Amino acid sequence: MKILYFAMFRERLNRSEEDVDPPDTVRTVTDLVNWLRRRDEAANLAFEKPSLVRAAIDARIAKPDASIIGATTVALFPPMTGG
Amino acid sequence: MTVRIQIARFDPGAETNAFLAQAAGAGAAVTFTGLVRSLPDQPVESLTLECYPELAINQIEAMIADASSRFGLLAATVIHRYGALPPGDPIVQVMTLAPHREAAFQGAEFLMDFLKTDAPFWKQEATPDGPRWVEARTADDAARRRWETT
Repeated sequence: MKILYFAMFRERLNRSEEDVDPPDTVRTVTDLVNWLRRRDEAANLAFEKPSLVRAAIDARIAKPDASIIGATTVALFPPMTGG
Repeated sequence: MTVRIQIARFDPGAETNAFLAQAAGAGAAVTFTGLVRSLPDQPVESLTLECYPELAINQIEAMIADASSRFGLLAATVIHRYGALPPGDPIVQVMTLAPHREAAFQGAEFLMDFLKTDAPFWKQEATPDGPRWVEARTADDAARRRWETT
């Protein structure tokens, strides 16, 4: 599974994407974020406010409880500031 | 219905004229152009927009489809740039075409309100004090919420 990071998350993690292979117990966006936070301290700090983490699964907006099972790409980003 | 996500500068007037060329049968067109702002007390040297283009196209196509069915738009175009832009440059242009002005105005306003909160762009200002991420504004969330149907 590929993870994309944008904006402040990309900066804080010092990478725009990575390939990961989370265990079967990681089923939702929230599970994934928590798993990433346990893996390294930069991710732990970047995602310390869960209410400011937005996600997309395979280029579709996904809620925190959305299933990531079978996903090819999960994107994590802060609230959008378009327009 | 057209969505364009691009780095290149666009000419707002030329885009408007091209959009109006398809106006047969329409009574009203609204064009909105958002510009890079730099105020005397909050100077900005440049504005850099980061983008997730694949998601942006999906999100903006859905917004246009929603706006078109709500307001009966005859045509709608969204052009949104990313990359590093100098003050005064156009960032975004929203154009709507409808039989009457209410629908054209409302359609354009609806699209701008949704672009603010639901289009995957992230703005960073280069200021004399260093780079600064633009935070999402609660006023933008409130503007978007007024379109929610009960």
